[in-house]
Amino acid sequence: MARDAALPIAVRQLTKSYGTLRVLDAVDLDVQRGEFLTLLGPSGSGKTTLLMMLAGFVRPDCGSIRFGEREVIRLAPHKRDVGMVFQNYALFPHMDVAANIAFPLKLRGIGKAETTQRVEQALELVKLGGYGARRIDQLSGGQRQRIALARAIVFEPRILLMDEPLSALDKQLREHMQIELRQLHERLGMTTVYVTHDQREALTMSDRIAVIDLGRIRQIDTPKAIYERPANRFVAEFIGESTFITVDVDAVGCSFNGVPLTLASQPSRKGSHQLMIRPERLTILEHAATAGINVLPATVTAAIYQGDSVLVQASLSDGKIVSVRASASARVPLVREEIYLGLKAADTYLLPVEERAA
Amino acid sequence: MSHEAGLNAKGLRRDALAERLILFSLSGPAVLLVTMTMLVPVGWLFWLSFLDDAGGFSLEHYQRMLVQPSYGRAFRITFEISFITTAICILLGYPLAYALSQLPRRVANICMIAVMLPFWTSLLVRTYAWLVLLQRQGLINTWGIKLGLWDSPLALVHNLNGTLIGMIHIMLPFMVLPVYATMRSIDRDYLKAAANLGASPTLAFWLVFLPLSLPGLVAGALMVFILCLGFYVTPAVLGGGKITMVANRIATDIELFFNWGAASSLGVVLFILTGIILYAASRLVRLDRFLSGGGA
Ligand SMILES: Nc1ncnc2c1ncn2[C@@H]1O[C@H](COP(=O)(O)OP(=O)(O)OP(=O)(O)O)[C@@H](O)[C@H]1O
Ligand SMILES: [Mg+2]
Repeated sequence: MARDAALPIAVRQLTKSYGTLRVLDAVDLDVQRGEFLTLLGPSGSGKTTLLMMLAGFVRPDCGSIRFGEREVIRLAPHKRDVGMVFQNYALFPHMDVAANIAFPLKLRGIGKAETTQRVEQALELVKLGGYGARRIDQLSGGQRQRIALARAIVFEPRILLMDEPLSALDKQLREHMQIELRQLHERLGMTTVYVTHDQREALTMSDRIAVIDLGRIRQIDTPKAIYERPANRFVAEFIGESTFITVDVDAVGCSFNGVPLTLASQPSRKGSHQLMIRPERLTILEHAATAGINVLPATVTAAIYQGDSVLVQASLSDGKIVSVRASASARVPLVREEIYLGLKAADTYLLPVEERAA
Repeated sequence: MSHEAGLNAKGLRRDALAERLILFSLSGPAVLLVTMTMLVPVGWLFWLSFLDDAGGFSLEHYQRMLVQPSYGRAFRITFEISFITTAICILLGYPLAYALSQLPRRVANICMIAVMLPFWTSLLVRTYAWLVLLQRQGLINTWGIKLGLWDSPLALVHNLNGTLIGMIHIMLPFMVLPVYATMRSIDRDYLKAAANLGASPTLAFWLVFLPLSLPGLVAGALMVFILCLGFYVTPAVLGGGKITMVANRIATDIELFFNWGAASSLGVVLFILTGIILYAASRLVRLDRFLSGGGA
């Protein structure tokens, strides 16, 4: 299982409608060789549909899918040679664990001795060595997940697809498996397309994230770029918490309701802009005038103790409510108290001006 | 704190008892009915089978069964007919159930009603209807000759053919129903997974779909086989007196010879054989699950 065996995926103009509902709308997507790419989007956005098209289970209306140099759009699922982990795992209940993992090897005519050896290897890889003789209904959810993974990678596919493989697991196990999946990917290096609607999962696991909504890819970039420089309002609001305030940019600089602001970078276009504010990038200042930081006066509307932090909601001078995540060790402000919020110039981000999409 | 003295323990125990009493009284009438109409007469017949004409204890009826070849023949033909009917029901019913299970649920439901349609008329009516269709001047022979498919009337009825046709027709829904239900419950993701792992549709069927539908097939086959063992009307009407299954033999013993003892002993043997088959089949199915779960 070597990295150079991985294949890049090139999707062009992929379109699918069910009746009048356009589930995928001319999607273009490139997944690099060995990359871990996550499709992230709200329910019904078309993530599963896209993945099923890569696996060959949903027939697109038009478009092109290439694995490496090869056009696969009309290739039957059993000839595509991609590994897939199903959301409900789809482990065959009439076979034991070893038989499930051996299934793809048997179909590829691999000999008995090698099969046994590779099954055991795959089991070791998912840390379930010695579980071969177990029946499927004797496994816990997390174990099934691993067996499904082992079955999907045992035949060394060059592309691995996963549709919300962790959604059935409890939070703790999920976070554990996220790390394991990521490590496994690092070791095997197969091109991986991963579907989730859990933004934290996407942020922690991916090389790149494709944010998809209503059958369109709204942004595709690294987790850091997606989080810090979202391309549009949808991405900004879908990933992490955010509030937008309207600021004015003129020749002199930028201002919010008369308060001058220092920005990380001056936009070329003058006029009103949307400034994105993330709760954890704001601080509650001790003094009204603090050097080197933008100061926004606000009135506290709520302060909620959350254990690791205090969530403060405050209304700005234009009435907009912003959230601030403050350290739990700091003094909890009182409701209706006048406070000053600090926003570093480096943390300011103006949303790019969108041509209004239909 | 002791169990007795626990808070509200007495009241709660009384509630539990009351609940059980209600359940029991609900099942009471059914239990009574079964006892009166099933256990008592069956027990009485069982008793009769061990009495000779004079009313003393004897095994003469069972001995006669071993000695007289006509009894052995009745058993053999009964099992043969049941086996052939079951086999043909599998061949016809499995693909039908498969086709139905692949249809959208609404369409499949309508088709299922069609499959059940025969249940709307009595067995006797259906059997005589076959007589009308299959006889020498019946619809099938008339049209077959008219269309030049065959020259002289085929012997479709008053023999084994007629009996089998009638029985298969009656038994087919009993095969389709459990097989269809099992197939419907098979998650399509299993087939997708099989395809994804490299199985062509044919292989996916043999390696995944068929094994998963096997419980329904076994249930259907058992039901058909066991129901066939007790058939009376169809062989009597469509067999033309040439087909004597155990039930027909029982009827003859009673109607012609007034020999209740002989008839009872036949019933007892058939009952025991059926029991053995059921037991063996249940072992076989469990064994099968064990085998496929453990190795293959
Ligand atoms: N076979 C189908 N027939 C009709 N509509 C369908 C079919 N399959 C999917 N859809 C529709 O396509 C849209 C996208 O579905 P898809 O399953 O790809 O969403 P998703 O992004 O995976 O959502 P989720 O996060 O809930 O799994 C949905 O509106 C869904 O109702
Ligand atoms: Mg989905």
